[in-house]
Amino acid sequence: MLITRRVEFSASHVCRLPGLSDEENRALYGEAANPHGHGHNYVVEVTLDGTPDPVTGIVFDLKKLKEVLNREIVEPMDHRFLNEEVPPFDRVVPTSENLAIEIWRRVQPRLEEAGARLHSVRVWESEDFCAEFQGESS
Amino acid sequence: MIRLTRRYRFSASHRLHSPRLSDEENRAIYGKCNNQHGHGHNYVLEVSVRGPVEPETGRAADIAALDSLVHREIISAFDHRNLNADVPDFADAVPTTENLVAAIERRLRRVWSTVFPGEWPELDRIRVQETRRNTIEARL
Repeated sequence: MLITRRVEFSASHVCRLPGLSDEENRALYGEAANPHGHGHNYVVEVTLDGTPDPVTGIVFDLKKLKEVLNREIVEPMDHRFLNEEVPPFDRVVPTSENLAIEIWRRVQPRLEEAGARLHSVRVWESEDFCAEFQGESS
Repeated sequence: MIRLTRRYRFSASHRLHSPRLSDEENRAIYGKCNNQHGHGHNYVLEVSVRGPVEPETGRAADIAALDSLVHREIISAFDHRNLNADVPDFADAVPTTENLVAAIERRLRRVWSTVFPGEWPELDRIRVQETRRNTIEARL
């Protein structure tokens, strides 16, 4: 079964490559290249894959999942400027694609230690745009 | 690999009625949707594409290119139209959400390689919500 927990955080970012001109960045990233940045209310959906325990009837303790997501995603990213304050986005462009991959890297080891299998990370930058990562092997 | 999903909206009217069925059968199968004068929906279309992240830019697809493709091929053809009367895809097909998903797939595939000539991104999924309560999805 798949179980999904949703968390939200608000952050600013800018999508620019330092080697490109303003014009080239604008052609590549559109409005997201505005040098002073802009913000989103990000919605992150984290999905685990597992079998319900025969005694408790649950796949994984949602309280524990919430703690991991708060510690690894919300605390470091909420009300931050991703490019300035959240590594590796000082070096890596904080596109939704890279954000989904980074969130996977942060939460996957914590969930594995706790005995859960991460299935997917979905990052909704707005209601109309989402990037989903299911691990390096997918 | 990353899957990117983009959501679009269009509003259109339709009537579900098959000329191969009797009036009574049409009413029994399509219910209210068989209303003679048609009716409309605010459709929500989700188009998903899949591909590897380009390491330098951090992107898996050019979303602006996808937007202009979907606007040109789908939204401009379907939005504020009567699907039965105005959209040739439904000249011989009942505009159910299932057939709408199939028509959207055909329209996108027809010109996909002109917009995305490389191996990636590939078209991954098409989902249409007719109302909040009804969603039809094609896994491609």
